[in-house]
This record gives sequence, C-alpha cells and structure tokens, in this order.
Amino acid sequence: MITIKGLKKSFNELEVLKGIDLEIDKGKVVIIIGPSGSGKTTFLRCLNVLETPTEGSISIGGQEMDFTKKVSPAALSAFRRHTGMVFQSYNLFPHMAALENVMEGPVTVKKEPKEKVREKAEYYLEKVGLSDKKDYYPFQLSGGQQQRVGIARALAMEPDVMLFDEPTSALDPELVREVLNVMKDLANEGMTMVVVTHEMRFAQEAADEVIFIDGGVIVERGNPQDLFNNPQMDRTKSFLRKIQ
Amino acid sequence: MYLNNILADPERMARLVEIAQNSLLPLIQGAIFYTIPLTLISFVFGIGLAILTALARISDVKFLRAVARVYVSAIRGTPLLVQLFILFYGLPTIGIVLDPWPSAIIGFSLNVGAYASEIIRAAILSIPKGQWEAGYSIGMNNRQVLKRIIFPQATRVSIPPLSNTFISLVKDTSLASMILLTEMFRRAQEIATTNYEFLLLYTEAALIYWVICFLLSIAQGRIENRLDRYVSR
Repeated sequence: MITIKGLKKSFNELEVLKGIDLEIDKGKVVIIIGPSGSGKTTFLRCLNVLETPTEGSISIGGQEMDFTKKVSPAALSAFRRHTGMVFQSYNLFPHMAALENVMEGPVTVKKEPKEKVREKAEYYLEKVGLSDKKDYYPFQLSGGQQQRVGIARALAMEPDVMLFDEPTSALDPELVREVLNVMKDLANEGMTMVVVTHEMRFAQEAADEVIFIDGGVIVERGNPQDLFNNPQMDRTKSFLRKIQ
Repeated sequence: MYLNNILADPERMARLVEIAQNSLLPLIQGAIFYTIPLTLISFVFGIGLAILTALARISDVKFLRAVARVYVSAIRGTPLLVQLFILFYGLPTIGIVLDPWPSAIIGFSLNVGAYASEIIRAAILSIPKGQWEAGYSIGMNNRQVLKRIIFPQATRVSIPPLSNTFISLVKDTSLASMILLTEMFRRAQEIATTNYEFLLLYTEAALIYWVICFLLSIAQGRIENRLDRYVSR
C-alpha cells in the first residue's frame, strides 16, 4: 500500500529526516513513536505532502511521487486524495456545522452531488457516534467530539490510508478513550493506518507494528510486544524508560 | 450671542426656518443622487481592488508583491484631495480628460483599495495555518481553500475595520465637491453663497452625514451578529 524510499526533508539548513525507507502493507496499523523533535510528525506530514520532501519517493495506493523532480500543485492535490489526515488540533472548519465539515471534501473537491454526499456524511458521522450532533458548530462540541468529526471528515474522502498526528494529545484525559475507540474500530475494519501517538495502550491493543524514530531515522521497528518489552537499541530503551 | 440675537428676532428666526426647510430637499437629493451612489460604487470597486491587492501581497510571486506594495504606499502616502486633483485637473495636461464622476469613482476606489487591502491581508493572515492544512488535506487546491475556508472566516474578522473604511468614505466623498461634483456638501456651499447662512447650511449638511453614518453603524451591528453565529460568546 505504501512504499517509501530514501525520504529526506530539510528545513533550510536543518535536516529533519535523514533517509527513511519503509513499506506498509494494506490493512496494517503502524504506530510511530519518538521523542519530540525526532522528525516523527514531519514524517507523517510528508506522507500527506503537507511538507514537501526534499529527496526520495513515496508511493501510496498505486501512485508514485518522486520528490527529486519538481512537483506541480495539481499533482500534489491528486496525491493527497490517497490519504486522510487527522490533526492534533482537529482543525475543523469553524464556520461549518459538523455535517457540513464532513461534506465539504466530497462536494468541493470530488464534485459529487450534494444529496448523495449528505447520506454519506451522515453515515460517517454515525460511524464516529455523532449522528445527533450533525447540526452543531465545532465550538458547541467537546474536544473529543470535534476530533471524531475530524476523523469522519477524513473518512468521507474515502482515502486508501488514514494518517493520525497525535490525535489525542490535545484532549482532556477523560475524552481520549472515545477517540481511541473510534480508531480501534477503524483498525478492526481493515483500514490502513499510520498513527503518531504517545498512547502506549492503544499501540499495544491495535498496532501491527511500532516504529521508533529518533534523529530523523528509523532506529528500531517491531511488533508492539517485542518493541515495548524487549527493545534492542539503547536509544529505544532510554526513550521507553522516560515515557513509562 | 448669536443665539440670543436670533431668539430675540422673530423675523430672522422665521427666515432661518424657511431656509432650512427649503434647503433640506436639495441637500437630501445631493445625498441620494451623488453622495450615496458615489460611496457605494467606489466601495464595491475598492473592495475588489483590495482583495486582489491583498492576494498579491501574500503571493509567492515577487513582482506581484512589489507592485502591490508600491500601490499601497503611494496611495497611503499622499492626500486624497491631491489624488483627486491629479485625476481631474492634472491628467488633462497629458490629454486624458475625465468628467467629475469617473474622476471621483477612480480616485475613491483607488483610495479604498489601498487602505482596505491592509485590512483584508491582516484578516487572511489571522486565520490559523491549520485551516489551510485541513483544506489541503482533503484535496483542495489553493483557490478552493481561499474561497471555501479562508474568505468566509476572514470576512468575519474584517467587518469591523471595513465598516470604519466605509463610514470614512461616506464623509470623504465631500472632497468631490472640489472637483465640481454637485454632491451634498457642494450643494450646501452653493446655497450658502446665495444667502450667507454658512453656519446653518454646513450644520445641516453635517447632520445628514451623521444620520447616514448612524444608519450604517446599525447595519454593521446586524452583519456582525449574523457572522458571529459560529463562534462562542
């Protein structure tokens, strides 16, 4: 589903990603962990091309982008349709009700007929358990509810892969579970997911693979049991000690 | 003293009341046929120009940024009256002769365009970066993000300062009297030169400007309420 080769990203002089190679199979849930400043969020944003990589190539859902060459804005938009992004700060459109947030992509980008999209949007809102909130504006929703609308908004574009950038980090502790449950349902349904998170319990419950990134490279990867209980690299050990 | 004299002199009092009554209609006509349309037309063109200028200021193209910057600087750095004089009295020297109406519309539109572009630019920049990213993440291009996500939110932010610009424009149109447009203030001047009641006529004109601006500020409040429906208060 995803093939990443030699991915590098620099901001001016600072090289944040120093060459990442990775393959992710369809239906797998991959968790990315790492200390702050390690490049894990930049890596995720490269998959959605919110950051344009400096070098390397990414292939998602059969479309390949080679970033060594210049990429046109139209190609970027087309490539982005393979991925759905869920942001740490939700980034819902505040001037649209929940249902309109979910409808926006299919209507404006895919030009699908409104009536059809409304049904689809209602379906996805029900999936994240918010059928009764469809006419609420974001400011009328709790953080957890907003994040679930964010997930529905990304799902409505029917992407091949869902990307989550610390989706529960901005939430009050009692609201974390409702978001993680939605994500777990998605994983069980066979959605391919890449998740940057600090939720170790979620990683253990839902992940097929955990990847530890530090200093812009993949330091260690493995299934959650092995990586959490029996890390091989010193850097992984010291990071896990700090967060547990 | 003046007031005492008037109050003590019923004949003069009657004359003033008569002048006020007779001048009210021409002044209001001046407002309806000149001041208000001039304001509306110039504001619409000006806002169009302001949006283009604001987009040029935040674009990636260096040339566009430079052009926009020079335009805003030139308009903000020179008096409006001088700009109108250049258009109406200056341009004929090089063969460009404009009537009062087009001169006034061009002058006021350029003026509004420059000032409002800064308001619109600030409003666009005040929308969090996450809103752009959310738009891109669902596959939108720049145009779609601007139209669907950024402009609707920027409009809300820019209504109070743009109302200021609009209300200033209503009053600034009195400067068009200097380029022979018979708008409300010029009519007041014309009437006053026939009867020498300057205080009365100019006060009357001032009151009409005030009434127009007062009505506008009520409209502003209503628009703000409507656009505030999606933010918590």
